[in-house]
Amino acid sequence: MTEPVTKRQGPAGPVVLLGPQRDGYGEIREVLDRLEVDGPVALLTAGWQENEHEDGALSDAVARPTVNLRLHARSEQVYTEDDALLLATRERQRHLRHLQEFYRIRLDAIDDAARAITVRHVPLELLDEQRQISVAEMRHLDRDHLERCRAVHARFEAQWNPGRRPSVAPHREEIDASIGSAAAVVIAGGHVMSLLNRIRLFGALDRVGTRPVIAWSAGAMVLTERVVLFHDAPPFGKNLAQVVAEGLAVCPGIVAMPDVVGRVNVEDMEGMRRYVQRLMPDQCVALDPGSRVVFREGRIEEMTTSRLTVEGIVAAGWRP
Amino acid sequence: MSQAIEALSVGPRDAAALRAFFRNNAFPLVEHDRITFVWYGEADEVRLRHWIYGLASSRNLQRLEGTALWHLTLPIPPESRVEYKFEVVRGEVGTWIRDPRNPNLARDPFGANSVAHGFGYRIPEWIHPHPEAPRGRYEEIVSGSTVFGERPTRIYLPARYRETRRYPLLIVHDGDDYLRFAALGATLDNLMWRREIPDMIVAFTSTDHRLAEYANDERHAFFLTEELVPWLERHYPLRRQPQARCLLGASFGAVAALSTAVRYPGFYGRLLLQSGSFAFTDIGDRNERGPLFDPVVRFMNEYRAQPSAISERVFVSCGTYESLIYENRSLVPLLESTGMDVMYREARDGHNWENWRDRLREGLSWLFPGAFLMIYE
Repeated sequence: MTEPVTKRQGPAGPVVLLGPQRDGYGEIREVLDRLEVDGPVALLTAGWQENEHEDGALSDAVARPTVNLRLHARSEQVYTEDDALLLATRERQRHLRHLQEFYRIRLDAIDDAARAITVRHVPLELLDEQRQISVAEMRHLDRDHLERCRAVHARFEAQWNPGRRPSVAPHREEIDASIGSAAAVVIAGGHVMSLLNRIRLFGALDRVGTRPVIAWSAGAMVLTERVVLFHDAPPFGKNLAQVVAEGLAVCPGIVAMPDVVGRVNVEDMEGMRRYVQRLMPDQCVALDPGSRVVFREGRIEEMTTSRLTVEGIVAAGWRP
Repeated sequence: MSQAIEALSVGPRDAAALRAFFRNNAFPLVEHDRITFVWYGEADEVRLRHWIYGLASSRNLQRLEGTALWHLTLPIPPESRVEYKFEVVRGEVGTWIRDPRNPNLARDPFGANSVAHGFGYRIPEWIHPHPEAPRGRYEEIVSGSTVFGERPTRIYLPARYRETRRYPLLIVHDGDDYLRFAALGATLDNLMWRREIPDMIVAFTSTDHRLAEYANDERHAFFLTEELVPWLERHYPLRRQPQARCLLGASFGAVAALSTAVRYPGFYGRLLLQSGSFAFTDIGDRNERGPLFDPVVRFMNEYRAQPSAISERVFVSCGTYESLIYENRSLVPLLESTGMDVMYREARDGHNWENWRDRLREGLSWLFPGAFLMIYE
């Protein structure tokens, strides 16, 4: 896989990925209990954006003292105080939006071509060969897009070094201190890019060390190598899965797919087959309610979930 | 003939049977691919007046012998919406009335018609205010115009509005009508709350002279682009890129949107054109729609002769029962030929506000995809 933007120390302890938490947060408590977490828990709810502070139910459920790292609120404060960084960040985001738009246009064109070829009455071997070409084109486009996004981030980091700016550095120290006094870190779902950008801005996972990390949905996505957006039934009709960013690469070798049941048309076997082939060698892991994947030192230690297969189905179990 | 009428016709056609018939059915009678219109009363003739282009606009209902019940069955495809009235003729006088047994109405600035909902049609749930969706707020502004004098505009600010953020701008033609008849206010609240579109600022513009100003009038384009937008950019935190500016309009409003974008290519990166009155001629410049359309035809003929990419993404919609379906269908490949990203949607519907209302979610979320793709709870 591609290298992350900057090398991070990252979590060295167990990392538990979960699906949506729809029935309260009992599953979080259960995992904390099982990992024998005895101490305060740092909450990272920046994916909830302006509702970041509404963590009462989560705090109650984990049954331990909690401290919310408030990454979203901190970022608001940073951008209020630091005009230069605000403008530079806006420019970076504008550039990334353009890249995403152009990537999507190219992706649609490949998909249109693939569909046009699929309906031709030619020998099946030839069709299969053409299908492989379409997948290869998408893989190339995905890779190219991620490299361009990485270059944008790298330029931004080199030019602005946000972590060392006076507007950001004190927050980083506070966050490090909070993590330092916590026994575990819990990362909630929500807006995946809002979450990822703020974790990066504050280096929020740099000092996690061996503390357990428990993350669900968007929280799980940011810990993988590639953040892939997917939704087969958007309000405007067709939508192809899009890679959108490099993740933190704490959990390599998988693409985290929260709520497959709600977001993927599992009857479209051809679409799922193409999706899986496109993202290989990573495995497409379904993170539905009740799913669980445990990583330790970058390797899967335990897994209770389903995955999308090259046959175009959602299959239970794990194939290493 | 509908099954219910058939059943009625074979039994005793007495008062009790008729009472049961009316009590046990909803009207008009909707079956899978046909609708039966029913009227009851004394008359010499009863006619169905409907707004389906391509079918004779007046169709006689038949009287069920021995009763004062009149009926007519038409093949209407599933998911259709059909506006209609009854013309009840007594002597030499025909009176147009709404269907007294059908509560569904299609309203517009000129009144209301009855509307038949075909099999499977559902009023979208997202047009109704959702109790959990926070409401945007409205401000009335008056921006001076060198061409129109003072022009009041209603501004919608999203519920999560903050002055430190930057927002896209949607400019709505016939803004008051979109609010009154197409539920655009509740739709914006709901779609933003569901993150299907981003928070945006919306300018609802209106005029008493739409047929003149919306028909490729250079004053209108100037007002929007060189007066209103700069005024809004001075007073509200707007993103100042083409991708963040959209013009929305229906019927003549769609002509106004397209012609404004043509006069200011590259300024508006998003267009939402609903049932545009895009009349054109292939030979000569005479059109059969009357003098109001003359400037539209001249504009469309010129644009069709030299189409260019004046925007980036264009959503076009039209009802298949509209007289303008041919013009709108013709526009789509023309727009696509310029390299613009075009989405086209048809519905079994007519030239009315409910049709335009029902397409808003798809159009707005395609032009401005919200964060819902990014949200994994």
